[in-house]
Amino acid sequence: MITLPHFLVLSGILFSIAVAGIFLNRKNVIVLLMCIELMLLAVNFNFVAFSRWWGDVAGQAFVFFILTVAAAESAIGLAILVVLFRERKSINVENLDTMRG
Amino acid sequence: MLTTLLFYVFATILVGSAAGVVLSRNPVRAALFLVLAFFESSVLWLLLDAEFLGLVLVLVYVGAVMVLFLFVIMMLDINVAQLREGFTKHAPLGALVAGLMIAEIVYVVWVRHLGMNLPTSAPPLPVNYSNTHQLGQILYTDYMLPFQLAAIVLLIAIVAAIALTMRHRTGFKKQDVSAQVARRREEAVRIVKVDAEKAS
Repeated sequence: MITLPHFLVLSGILFSIAVAGIFLNRKNVIVLLMCIELMLLAVNFNFVAFSRWWGDVAGQAFVFFILTVAAAESAIGLAILVVLFRERKSINVENLDTMRG
Repeated sequence: MLTTLLFYVFATILVGSAAGVVLSRNPVRAALFLVLAFFESSVLWLLLDAEFLGLVLVLVYVGAVMVLFLFVIMMLDINVAQLREGFTKHAPLGALVAGLMIAEIVYVVWVRHLGMNLPTSAPPLPVNYSNTHQLGQILYTDYMLPFQLAAIVLLIAIVAAIALTMRHRTGFKKQDVSAQVARRREEAVRIVKVDAEKAS
């Protein structure tokens, strides 16, 4: 029998793997963007599971909006990445020190 | 029973492909693993009776966003070996953080049940339940304004992406419509009086 904790633990594992991915691939911007996508997927999992268990479809409306914003975010992120590569010939995060942050 | 089996099979593949995204050496392979992860989550959402979002995930993410990712990866000439520097150095820290987070989430959700009496099974769906119908019902009534704002966000994203990547190259001729329209007769035409030739 599948219960709500099954889905919550699954999404927690997914989110933790994405966080570990940000630690591991901290130089590669493309993989960082993909890890953010994974995190958003894990959060959406929570929304869908809670929406099913509480019988309220509003959670799925939120997933809808998260998907929209995530698509916009990745489009702009990849556009910035393309411009960055054209300027620097590299996507290494360590080279992005113009602002001395 | 079948649902339980399906859940475990697809959840295992989902976690495996997420690990593949994080660990694979080649960004193209990572993107393809992410596509697999989206497919598996779409199946799991179908198990949760969220049919509309399951299909939207495949259409929007696999069909559009991941293709965009693959385009960008293949357009850029990336030195993978240089980007992999420090991978093994940060691996213990990343594994520690991930393990800690998983342990905490399992404790809170699995052992303590979020501190409340969770229902053991999902409420039964009414006969003739249509997920798409329900979602449309609230999207076009309660969430009308956010729905419109989401459309505006997408429009801004399109404009921003094009404006960012557009190149302003010089040294070639192109049509300037506003200059053409702004041109007036006095600047363009010169009337020369020519004396008619006298017959000799």
